[in-house]
Amino acid sequence: MAMLSFERKYRVRGGTLVGGDLFDFWVGPFWVGFFGVTTIFFSLVGTGLILMGAAIQGTWNPWLINIAPPDLSYGLRLAPMREGGLWQMITICAIGAFVSWALRQAEISRKLGMGYHIPIAYGVAVFAYITLVVIRPVLMGGWGHAFPYGIWSHLDWVSNVGYQYLHFHYNPAHMIAVSFFFTTTFALSLHGGLVLSALNPPEGEPVKSPEHENTFFRDFIGYSIGTLGIHRLGLFLALSAGFWSAVCIVISGPFWTRGWPEWWGWWLNLPIWS
Amino acid sequence: MSTFNLKVGAAVGALVLAAILVPTFERPPVETTQGGFRGTSMGTVVNPRLRATTVAANQVPEAPEAADNDGDRASTLYQNVQLLGDLSNAQFLRIMQTMTEWVVPQEVRDAGNGCAYCHNIENMASDEVYTKVVSRRMLQMVRTINNDWVPHFGGTEGAGVTCYTCHRGQPVPSAVWSAPVLPQHGLQAQTGQNRVSPAAGLSSMPVDPFTPYLLRDTNIRVISQTSLPRYNTTSIQQTEGTYALMMHMSSSLGVNCTFCHNSRSFSAWESSPPARASAWHGIRMVREINVNYITPLQPLWAANPNGPPEAGPRVARLGPAGDALMVNCSTCHRGLNKPLNGAPMLQDYPELRAISGGPARSAALVPQ
Repeated sequence: MAMLSFERKYRVRGGTLVGGDLFDFWVGPFWVGFFGVTTIFFSLVGTGLILMGAAIQGTWNPWLINIAPPDLSYGLRLAPMREGGLWQMITICAIGAFVSWALRQAEISRKLGMGYHIPIAYGVAVFAYITLVVIRPVLMGGWGHAFPYGIWSHLDWVSNVGYQYLHFHYNPAHMIAVSFFFTTTFALSLHGGLVLSALNPPEGEPVKSPEHENTFFRDFIGYSIGTLGIHRLGLFLALSAGFWSAVCIVISGPFWTRGWPEWWGWWLNLPIWS
Repeated sequence: MSTFNLKVGAAVGALVLAAILVPTFERPPVETTQGGFRGTSMGTVVNPRLRATTVAANQVPEAPEAADNDGDRASTLYQNVQLLGDLSNAQFLRIMQTMTEWVVPQEVRDAGNGCAYCHNIENMASDEVYTKVVSRRMLQMVRTINNDWVPHFGGTEGAGVTCYTCHRGQPVPSAVWSAPVLPQHGLQAQTGQNRVSPAAGLSSMPVDPFTPYLLRDTNIRVISQTSLPRYNTTSIQQTEGTYALMMHMSSSLGVNCTFCHNSRSFSAWESSPPARASAWHGIRMVREINVNYITPLQPLWAANPNGPPEAGPRVARLGPAGDALMVNCSTCHRGLNKPLNGAPMLQDYPELRAISGGPARSAALVPQ
């Protein structure tokens, strides 16, 4: 197996979280690892169950495949396979695969002697998913509150959940999450524009350095966050967007049952002006 | 040291913020009902602790003992009985007594002047006290609602309205609306929105969603009928008017949008829950009440701003713009999707099923 010149440096043994040397080897360019095995296992079983659900449903149209959670009447119990049990099994597989992948990222980070930024960042996305399909349904007392697995069906779910609280734009955590999503794309566009400009100078000029980039933003807005700082900021903005998304859905239902505009009554009733 | 101070400051700030915000939320457990196929998230989400308070505030008063239907009719016993003439004497007196308890202010009743709220005690047959004329019109309204608007509340036993459904022991029902007088100061033209709209569930949508839809019959439907909104001429503001009306319906009934709509397509009847059909009739019922029964009485209220001679505590009988206090969903519903939590109150009052049809002869709708 051919290896890239720098690749040998990264192929170090050890750093595993469980099992010691078990599965600590490479298949071609891919490191296996214990959590690589569990990821593959859960992914294959989960995908197989989705295909089984599609077969039961009778469609192979990827837009229309819909694996729905059980009826609310099942509460937090297991449901028959064709009445939501399939959704429960697929959820177990999904969480198994996502968590395995995060732990595999942690093991690779340990191998490379770097920080855990990547598994933590990925873990926030997994946390948001678990909030949707486990934490909120448990708080509301039924798996039926989770979202269905389907391209169109999950959009219908999102829409209806929003309108169950009359006007979701008044959800304070939704406001924060949306602001972070916009800000993260804004920051990325500024960063991308800056990098592309620095790397693509006019004909005959040399590629610009970070000092040039800093000078541009210091001229432009009086401050440059710097080459390392922009990536820290990007990580913070992106993770905050995901985190507050999880918060905005977990408070809808368990911690607020009425229309979100009504929640702002506390603000309207502040003794300052009321 | 300054880092320490910053940390202490941040901690205190976080505590203050938490102390303000945490009590504004509710807590589990919540009660949910499924209103569609699993996974569509159709249905209701209710806080059982808040619902218990609302239900407790919407209890039906105990009905007096039923009256027998024997003997001469009220029309032969009394003068000028236009609507309740088919009742027996016992029934007639029973419903008069009950209407007093339903509508006349507590203070007037306690003072023993209940009858005088609508009658000249010297001559009970006289129509000189305007509230008697109003009551007569209201009885006709009750008849219309219970006979013609069955599609709104269903045909179950005892379903229908009594005076109490709206009045709740008060001369003017507490949940009514009138056109708001918008402030005229400032440079910006009045938009009727972008301020707190209590009618629209404290959102910033139009403050008066009632005049266009519950008094006039402005088109509520704004959704495009084609896949691209090319031929849709409705504006954002009209759409927000519709949204505001829907917010009013939701908060009045204690339900959310998915109680009546599948938000995949708000306009599609085939994917809407059956409650939407009841609401459709309800909007038209309220419109008929406001146009045919409430608004025409406005001159009487304008001529008697202090109420009848035995008025009790002063209550507003007209809105700030001088229009009548009109009906909306919450006038009956009061936070519950079935008024009085669905109690079959009407079945205890067969007298209200015997209101005569046809125009009342001397129900003069002009100030006397």
